[in-house]
Amino acid sequence: MSALRRPPVDVVTVGVGLTGSILGLELAEAGLSVVGLERGEARSTHPDFELPGIHDELRYAVRHELAQDLSRETLTFRNAMQQTALPMRALGSFLPGEGLGGAAVHWNGQTWRFLPWDFETRSQARERYGAAALAADCTSQDWGVRYADLERHFDRFERVYGIGGKAGNLRGVRQTGGNPFEGARSAEYPNPATPESHAGALFTRAAAELGFHPFPIPSANMTRAYTNPYGASLGPCVYCGYCERFGCEMDAKASPQTTVLPRLLAHPRYELRTGANVVRVNLDPDGKHARGVTYLDARGREVEQPARLVLLTSYVFSNVRLLLLSGIGRPYDPVANHGVVGRNYAYQCSAGVTAFFEDKVFNPFMGAGALGRAIDDFNGDNFDHAGLGFVGGGYIACDSNGARPIQSLAVPDGTPGWGSGWKRAVARYYTRSLGIRCHGSVQSYRTNYLDLDPTYRDASGLPLLRMTFDYHDNERRQVAFLAGKCVDIARAMRPSALSLPGPRGHYSIVPYQSTHNTGGAVMGADPTTSVVNPYLQSWDVPNVFVIGASAFPQNAGYNPTGTVGALSYWAADAIVRRYLPAPGPLA
Amino acid sequence: MTDRTPESPASRRAFLQSLGVAAGAALPVAGTVAAPAPSRPDTSSTIAPGPAYLTAEEMRFVEAAVATLIPADELGPGALEAGVADYIDRQLASPWGVHARHYRQGPWGEGAPQQGYQLPLTPQQLYRAAIAETNRDCLRHRGRGFDALDRAAREEVLTALEADAIALEAVPARTFFSMLWENTIEGFFADPRYGGNRDKIGWRLIGFPGVAAAYGGLLERHNEPYRVSPVSIDDVRARLVPTDAHGHPKHVPEPPSRETSR
Ligand SMILES: Cc1cc2nc3c(=O)[nH]c(=O)nc-3n(C[C@H](O)[C@H](O)[C@H](O)COP(=O)(O)OP(=O)(O)OC[C@H]3O[C@@H](n4cnc5c(N)ncnc54)[C@H](O)[C@@H]3O)c2cc1C
Repeated sequence: MSALRRPPVDVVTVGVGLTGSILGLELAEAGLSVVGLERGEARSTHPDFELPGIHDELRYAVRHELAQDLSRETLTFRNAMQQTALPMRALGSFLPGEGLGGAAVHWNGQTWRFLPWDFETRSQARERYGAAALAADCTSQDWGVRYADLERHFDRFERVYGIGGKAGNLRGVRQTGGNPFEGARSAEYPNPATPESHAGALFTRAAAELGFHPFPIPSANMTRAYTNPYGASLGPCVYCGYCERFGCEMDAKASPQTTVLPRLLAHPRYELRTGANVVRVNLDPDGKHARGVTYLDARGREVEQPARLVLLTSYVFSNVRLLLLSGIGRPYDPVANHGVVGRNYAYQCSAGVTAFFEDKVFNPFMGAGALGRAIDDFNGDNFDHAGLGFVGGGYIACDSNGARPIQSLAVPDGTPGWGSGWKRAVARYYTRSLGIRCHGSVQSYRTNYLDLDPTYRDASGLPLLRMTFDYHDNERRQVAFLAGKCVDIARAMRPSALSLPGPRGHYSIVPYQSTHNTGGAVMGADPTTSVVNPYLQSWDVPNVFVIGASAFPQNAGYNPTGTVGALSYWAADAIVRRYLPAPGPLA
Repeated sequence: MTDRTPESPASRRAFLQSLGVAAGAALPVAGTVAAPAPSRPDTSSTIAPGPAYLTAEEMRFVEAAVATLIPADELGPGALEAGVADYIDRQLASPWGVHARHYRQGPWGEGAPQQGYQLPLTPQQLYRAAIAETNRDCLRHRGRGFDALDRAAREEVLTALEADAIALEAVPARTFFSMLWENTIEGFFADPRYGGNRDKIGWRLIGFPGVAAAYGGLLERHNEPYRVSPVSIDDVRARLVPTDAHGHPKHVPEPPSRETSR
């Protein structure tokens, strides 16, 4: 088929979500011409997120209007290599974005920095606990970049996204009220911490009573009106409780729309093209240089977009799938244990308890996506793991992020599943319960990976991505340990009843857990175990960069986006200051 | 934090007044929990009179099922009165009824539970087949169709479906039950524009305010219940409630009669 051909540009970003918008703007400001190709539709606060229509739980939270349309493309899934992967026919475990802004339109906004330890998991764990600390089939590794290298990029991202929080470690000096375990920060958060809800206050008190160190979750929900370094104005959050899975009517949740796109879309050197589904990166015959990309436009026509620099900013799944479809990097083979593309897929391992109170009342519908209190005493290597049988950990939190009724009807154990008994419990406990959850890390393993499915295809006939993933003993022990701490904190609140989590079985694609998929195009200092070098540049095709959580060699016990944002600025900086003056491999 | 008893209506009113929430009634308060009939015509139900997808017989089945799942009782009206059967009928006629946003290419395999829904049936097909089969089972073993059974018998049948103890041919009974139950919850608590939660019966039951007001300053008032007359999307669109510049409604306190009745 002879494709339509567009005029060449300096840079093309595949996807215009959180990472694509940041890279697009940084490179346009550096003087390059940039085209952003986004397969979904354009979206903006007005009219798409306006009241009253945006406060519609069924449409957005249950029917997932802002998430990916699986009828065109999904992935297939199995727990283990011996099984046949089947398509994820309905959204469940995670909700990838589609449309301008990506998932960062309907995210919650809990914006963490990974710990210094998280970037050196393998070497640090082995140094402190011996070579046996990681299981024989564990492929977790160091990132090739350290927290100290990323610090100013974390800071930059937090300023652009207007994060509200309280520092716990300013240039090595401990600050009261913040997270004492965090890596040293060069500056305070740009905005104050979120207010404390009733549930948050109970958590704070209970956690402190037990000797832990509670602090406010860092929040991308604006705690006051804010103007960011790009001149974008964000409104103050009104704690309406429609955050996760919704757009924000107040421009109070940091998203590409509220932080980066106003400047980017007005930029003379930038062009956004929506309805553009990129299907491959085109390479020179020698396979060592990218010529640009090919996409299918809204009419289904093949269009070629030549570019000097191709940035994959299309979230973990498309990043990895496009590498595989384009033949960039050696696909990972778990049997022979070589190759890299698709290797080290990881996720999150979480659990929670619900506490019920006869003598307290909450207004659980008030809140914001990142409004909550947490402790970090059991994350990373913040505690001694000797004898525990696992590495890693997670934060423990109590959120007030808006309990919409269809999806927030906790009832005490023993309540009938339906009928009058259920109705009575729901009426009583909707305002008399709170949840405490842990948010755990997942190490990487030889048998957890992404590749192309041999059977199932997308709407245009290309193979779907196949996910093979399950939890391992390290994660099962870790989540049991963290859940135990959740229970301790809940008990210290003296509730009238507690619903406890059961033991962790197989990973399931069905219930929502988190859109914190990681790996598959991991970064590292060794090309035999990484797809991209420490600057997120392809080892094989130096004018391709692969940006996002796809670069995480394993997942930490935090939400990913603070670190994804820092890596975006880190990569942009390397491109502008090192690659552009002398295009070629940076490592 | 205050030590006032959270349940005292007086403290609740004082709380709401202190927030500048209008204590008078700018909003016409529609019905009460004890009176199931909506006091105002449900505008969304005038769009499509009569069932949208289900046959009359299927509609009777769904009505009987939802009335059993969330019954009218001393706490007030149930799912039938809230229009949940209409909700389900309309959802079946919507894109969701044909799983328009699901991946629907074969081959179809059964898979493990962790792999999720793998049936080729759409909700339309699933409801149609499962209702017919369940009715046949009821006729055979109980002498009449599901909707003609008394409540105890209906409860038995639903319990059997939930436990997979009725062998359906087209679809696992448990799968049918969970879809029916999920849809019932949706219809009871979704915005009334979808045909259920009529008169905001579901929201009133639990104390959910619907379209949110600006809650800045309220969230920090601990242990003080915020009970207001819930506001729907169409209430705001029809300007039945005053709003701020961004469109957040001004909530009014729930009428005292209801506060004392709980
Ligand atoms: C419900 C939910 C809650 C979340 N909450 C949090 C949270 O509280 N804290 C946190 O840290 N993170 C959270 N996240 C994760 C956060 O949204 C992501 O980390 C972030 O959006 C990732 O940025 P990205 O640029 O990699 O992907 P995205 O922002 O999703 O952007 C990717 C874009 O690429 C487009 N695209 C994909 N494939 C193609 C293709 N082939 N051609 C063209 N375009 C393509 C997509 O349509 C999309 O617009 C949440 C996510 C979800 C879904």
